[in-house]
Amino acid sequence: MEAFVGVLTVFVLAMFVGWMVITKVPALLHTPLMSGSNAVSGITIIGAILSIASPSEFSTVLGFVAIVLATINVVGGFMVTHRMLAMFKKKRD
Amino acid sequence: MNASLINFVYLIAAVLFILCFVQLSHPRTAARGNLTGALGMLLAVVATLFDQGVLGGGRQAFLLIFGGILVGGAIGAVLAQMVKMTAMPQMVALLNGFGGGASVLVAGAALHDAVNPTLPAPSLQLTVATVASGLIGGVTFWGSLVAFDKLQELLLPGKPILFKGQQLLNVLLGLAVVALGITVVAEPANQWAYWTLVGIASVLGILLTLPIGGADMPVAIALLNSYSGLAGAATGFVLNNNMLIIAGSLVGASGIILTQIMCRAMNRSLSNVLLGKIEQGAAAVAKADDVYAGKVKAADAEEIAMLLENARRVVIVPGYGMAVSQAQHSVRDLMNLLESKGITVEFAIHPVAGRMPGHINVLLAEADIAYDKLKTMEEINPSFEQTDVAIVIGANDVVNPLARTDPNSPIAGMPILDVDKARTVVIIKRSLSPGFAGIPNPLFANDNTLMFFSDGKKAITDLITAVKEAA
Repeated sequence: MEAFVGVLTVFVLAMFVGWMVITKVPALLHTPLMSGSNAVSGITIIGAILSIASPSEFSTVLGFVAIVLATINVVGGFMVTHRMLAMFKKKRD
Repeated sequence: MNASLINFVYLIAAVLFILCFVQLSHPRTAARGNLTGALGMLLAVVATLFDQGVLGGGRQAFLLIFGGILVGGAIGAVLAQMVKMTAMPQMVALLNGFGGGASVLVAGAALHDAVNPTLPAPSLQLTVATVASGLIGGVTFWGSLVAFDKLQELLLPGKPILFKGQQLLNVLLGLAVVALGITVVAEPANQWAYWTLVGIASVLGILLTLPIGGADMPVAIALLNSYSGLAGAATGFVLNNNMLIIAGSLVGASGIILTQIMCRAMNRSLSNVLLGKIEQGAAAVAKADDVYAGKVKAADAEEIAMLLENARRVVIVPGYGMAVSQAQHSVRDLMNLLESKGITVEFAIHPVAGRMPGHINVLLAEADIAYDKLKTMEEINPSFEQTDVAIVIGANDVVNPLARTDPNSPIAGMPILDVDKARTVVIIKRSLSPGFAGIPNPLFANDNTLMFFSDGKKAITDLITAVKEAA
């Protein structure tokens, strides 16, 4: 129970921080915000790494598939965001 | 590396993720922000490799980990390089789905490991969170695939798909999810219940996305974005891992905010969007013929070029139709031409223009249009009265003044771009066909409106030629 309250605290505070920070992102950048946050949600990759190392073969297989999916999410997300943001230029003068 | 050191690195990664979002809030720092996020992810992954369990997995575990990262990384990199900017909504939908799918599998593996008879019974936190991961992740994975398919128009049409008894079916499936969830929590060894739950969540994901129409896609994608984050956070509760919880909830919050902004910009409730409903006003919608008959004035490129010649301020209002006809580069050429004549040109971007939040901004940036020319609805609306010519290309409902004037209209109360206040409004459109809301637009029949019936791209290139010839 104590552990649960600990992680719950982290969850609630992180939601608040996310809320405060992300409301400041202008509409101009909403698409890169989505693809970038998408990449961050690929954090499941670390859960996948932990499951691969499980002694059970079943979990290893699940972990392997999860790691492929999550890495597509992470690499694809950050790279496409980078590509998009490189196009945003201010007026040259 | 011991556990507290790993957690310390996770803390640094969490701070980097938050900084990533802070820097994403300004176009000047946004690219750096993205790199900050990537660095945070790298740190988190490297720290995890030093986990006792992972180290204990030996060579085989490391080969699989790096093999998986290599395969996934290659696919991700190719996708990111190949995707066209117009297809960005599909890309984001697909990536959301993969994140959700990964959460389902990780939670399933954690449940499998936890029901080992040599270990104490899994905690309530683990089982409840596993159920949540399976439900949210399954809905996200399949919902995203349907959204991807609809946007790409592969198998399914973009319009809402509704059938009789859809709601009832959803409710029944929801009840089944609850029953299976209770089964997993009561007796975690029932792993079949978890996977059945994932199966039903998958069907739910499909059924919940089918009724969402093309123009409502921005909401669906934002919501799925939020789900993919929440699925990650739920998996964090399964593994008791703060890193997953923090990163997942940041993304969850981001998606919720965007969903809210999109709904507000369409003046629709989230439930209406999800059920594929368009509000029908009390009064019958006016007939198109009554609105347009004898009042619509068509103009050709030469007439409009004359107007532009004498203008001092021009505002271009792009909608998704501009992207469909791939007119953004021609629009940039027109902007440059007008600016070379000393005319001020700005762009008015409605929040739901395009198929995902901010989509049109990316398309215009790709066409090399400076971002300080892209104005939000709030910024630009007060300036339409000082605008000589407003050029609407590929937009309809978002400039329909009925939203302001007719409380019975299906779009009543939707915030719109006040283009009708400009001295002259030029509408580039193939025909008088209605937009997504299915209602006529009285703006087209206004005294100060000129209709330029043509394909978007062709219209702009014709205008460019006409302006050059007039000079």
